[in-house]
Amino acid sequence: MNPVETQLKELMLASLAGDARSYAILLNDVAKHLRFYFLRRLSEAHKSDADDLVQETLMALHSKRATYEPDRPFTAWLHAIAQYKLIDHFRRNRIRVTVPLDDAEDLIPADYSDPTSDRMDVESLLQSVPEKSRELIYRTKIEGQSIAEVAISTGLSQSAVKVSIHRGVKAIAAKLKGRAHGNG
Amino acid sequence: MATDDLIARLALDLKPVSRSSVAKRLAIGLGLGFAASWLLMVWWLGMRPDLMDAAATMPFWGKLAYTLLLAVIGAWAVKRIAYPLGSIIINLVLMAVALFAFGILAAGIFAMAPPEMHMTMLTGKSLAVCTFNIVVLSTPLLIGAFWVLRGLAPTRLTLAGAAAGIAAGAIGSVIYSFHCTESSMPFVAVWYTLGILIPGLIGAVAGRFFLRW
Repeated sequence: MNPVETQLKELMLASLAGDARSYAILLNDVAKHLRFYFLRRLSEAHKSDADDLVQETLMALHSKRATYEPDRPFTAWLHAIAQYKLIDHFRRNRIRVTVPLDDAEDLIPADYSDPTSDRMDVESLLQSVPEKSRELIYRTKIEGQSIAEVAISTGLSQSAVKVSIHRGVKAIAAKLKGRAHGNG
Repeated sequence: MATDDLIARLALDLKPVSRSSVAKRLAIGLGLGFAASWLLMVWWLGMRPDLMDAAATMPFWGKLAYTLLLAVIGAWAVKRIAYPLGSIIINLVLMAVALFAFGILAAGIFAMAPPEMHMTMLTGKSLAVCTFNIVVLSTPLLIGAFWVLRGLAPTRLTLAGAAAGIAAGAIGSVIYSFHCTESSMPFVAVWYTLGILIPGLIGAVAGRFFLRW
């Protein structure tokens, strides 16, 4: 289970029971997620509407909170309300939708980091892998070629390719573990 | 107004919400609608004078069972569609099965009856008046169902309106069957069913405008 979901759901359940402090924390967290959600879906010309949409959605969350069913994920419920408000906003203002609509996961992404910096992370990690493995990992995991294709073009056997990739990935995993413990 | 102020205001306004509050709202809305529609029937059309005798016959109960079943499916649909992303596929399937089964039964009775009876079976004594009366009787119920939905969070407004209309039409036809003296099943299958589907259509069209939140 997504940790954000677990946390928000706990806050929501406490709020439904009448705990105003949990409720204020919940609304603050939700407001941040919503701002990000709406900003990503509004075109440049309409970015200034994001705050209005956040407030409208918070008010809807408040007045419609009886429709949250505790056995369902909170984020899915919130997403449905946010999406309704967004579509209603488009309709009211006759804005043609150019951004694709989406799944509940989009509301609470795993992290908000920039995809470019993710790519840089991957490249720097790959640098730490022996030359031969690096090339193979790059071609299979990033370019998406099949093991068979790579085996043919490099002249290696398929099992040799697999072993080499496996070693390389293991080396990366070891390095990441080291980083997580603070000695990277 | 800043978002922080809004959050503080909402937190101040927080009251506990019980799990049954949606069901309660549904009961209040449809209950008041039922009472209004019932009074309208008694005052405008009057109870059928032979109610006691009719209550001993099969057609009365058959008619009541059919309309009551659709009323339950419809009221349940209103509750289900009141939640964000609520779906009423089950209800629509159940309703289709009920309409189909009753239709087959009515068609069988119609086919087995002597041909000279056919006309009376379908037109009865009250013909189109019946459908019209059910639509009128369902109006307070439709308003009640819309009130229920407006306080909740339907995200598919046309479907929500249709569910409200079908529930209103079905409950309205339950009430109407206490006035109406028609007893042939083919009659009920055509004119009562129409009296349920028309409010459903009205609700579907009205939903887009009146159910927004």
